[in-house]
Amino acid sequence: MVKDNIKAEIRNLNFFYGTNHVLKNINLSIIEKKVTSLIGPSGCGKTTFLRCFNRMHDLYPHNRYEGEIILLPENINIISNQIDPIEVRMRISMVFQKPNPFPKTIFENVAYGMRVRGVNKKNVLSEIVEKSLKGAALWDEVKDRIDKPAFDLSGGQQQRLCIARALATNPEILLFDEPTSALDPIATSKIEELIVELKNNVTIIIVTHNMQQAARVSEYTAFMYLGEIIEYGKTERIFTTPSEKLTEDYITGRFG
Amino acid sequence: MEDIKKRIKYNKSWNYFFLIIGLLSTFVGLFLLAVLFIDLIMDGHSRLTYKFLTSFPSRFPEKAGILSAWVGSFLVLLVTALSAIPIGVAAGIYLEEYAKKNWLTDIIEINIANLAGVPSIVYGLLALGLFVYFFKFGESILTGGLTLALLILPMVIMATRESIRAIPNSIREASYALGATKWQTVQWHIFPYSLGGILTGIIIGLSRAIGETAPIITVGALTFIAFLPSSPITSAFPFISFEWLFDPFTVMPIQMFNWVSRPQKEFQINAAAAGIILMLMTLIMNGIAIHIRYKFRKKIKW
Repeated sequence: MVKDNIKAEIRNLNFFYGTNHVLKNINLSIIEKKVTSLIGPSGCGKTTFLRCFNRMHDLYPHNRYEGEIILLPENINIISNQIDPIEVRMRISMVFQKPNPFPKTIFENVAYGMRVRGVNKKNVLSEIVEKSLKGAALWDEVKDRIDKPAFDLSGGQQQRLCIARALATNPEILLFDEPTSALDPIATSKIEELIVELKNNVTIIIVTHNMQQAARVSEYTAFMYLGEIIEYGKTERIFTTPSEKLTEDYITGRFG
Repeated sequence: MEDIKKRIKYNKSWNYFFLIIGLLSTFVGLFLLAVLFIDLIMDGHSRLTYKFLTSFPSRFPEKAGILSAWVGSFLVLLVTALSAIPIGVAAGIYLEEYAKKNWLTDIIEINIANLAGVPSIVYGLLALGLFVYFFKFGESILTGGLTLALLILPMVIMATRESIRAIPNSIREASYALGATKWQTVQWHIFPYSLGGILTGIIIGLSRAIGETAPIITVGALTFIAFLPSSPITSAFPFISFEWLFDPFTVMPIQMFNWVSRPQKEFQINAAAAGIILMLMTLIMNGIAIHIRYKFRKKIKW
């Protein structure tokens, strides 16, 4: 049994959209090479929280972070002004809610992250593309049409392509923002299997609306409500013996 | 049941109504253009010879040609395209992707939209003061080309912005999430994906520029020119010359106007023939641009 290492430590995180106080005093530890799921009703701030990890909020005006997200082992605060958001995004990848491949070939989609990093040699890229597509369990389905447009793929395949694209850059943390909400049940179960597989190599944080999904894929679960973390712990415990009334009401479907 | 059928019938009647209106509207445009073109051909076809294209204007209508006019139009348009396209596209990309959204960019946006509606003669006056008197470019091809560039710049900027706006934000986020800089996102995604729309704007702009007369007359294009600008390729080192930029010129619409204002019937025929050539020039230009756009759009599949 390997000891659980902490990959990221969130301390007193507050987040504001203009004057709107969205995340309130969040404290949490993200365990390395495990899946942590964020659950909670719509508008509770789970996606906002997730997008703090790769500084997506920096793309839009009037957003403000307070507090710290400490990335270990370097012990750097990735939301501080001194840290370049691009540096953060190079280390922490993201898969979005709706599959958003680029209108380019399958190959170019996966290779893009490496091109951004200045890798242009065809044989190096080919190797990485193959490895990433295998990692995203898509290789066998697309190996014969790697130079065909990504939009020819089905929705589920497109989402796995996006996962391959995020994997290609070898991230330390992989963020999933409701990755299956636009997919059918079969595609969903494929993605879930994939997530379980991926955690052997990468720390995963997943936002999900689907509580069964959280129970199936994650070791740790944080329940959020109105911008606060109400309860955090081992997934099994949260779903069987929640200590907070609010958590229990949510997971038993009394609201949300 | 009867009620529903009645309702469907009623709803469909409006559907057919618009179908007919739409069809008629389409044909009005096509029909008028066809009539115009046929009329021009009937008037001018007798003068459409190779010699007409290779002769200078003359006071004898049967000897007169449009050599200096089409060469002038071509060169002026070249200057226009080379200056308006890079500046317009760069400005559009800057405003859409880089500039912060605040009251200042709002004012700039409104003003660019207004500039597109400024009468072309006003641009002519501005260019006369700026290019001819201030920069001392003279009554030259350079002045003419830059004047028309000013005229179509707002169109290029607006077309660029509109087609950039059509790109879903999820594409930008996908690119940034992989650690791309703004420029990398523009270079690999924003620019290639919006190129189709940008080209449409450029086509419209250049097609308007090629037919403009007023601002070109204002900056001092001549109406009668019996020589060509100096050649861009020379026999002596460095073999390339930009002297042609500073030569006097005329353009197709001015040549046409000059002929139309003559009393002799034969010159009217010349004007019609020049009109056909001008329309063909526009059509060829549009054809090339549509072809390029098609090739680009084929590569990008949403």
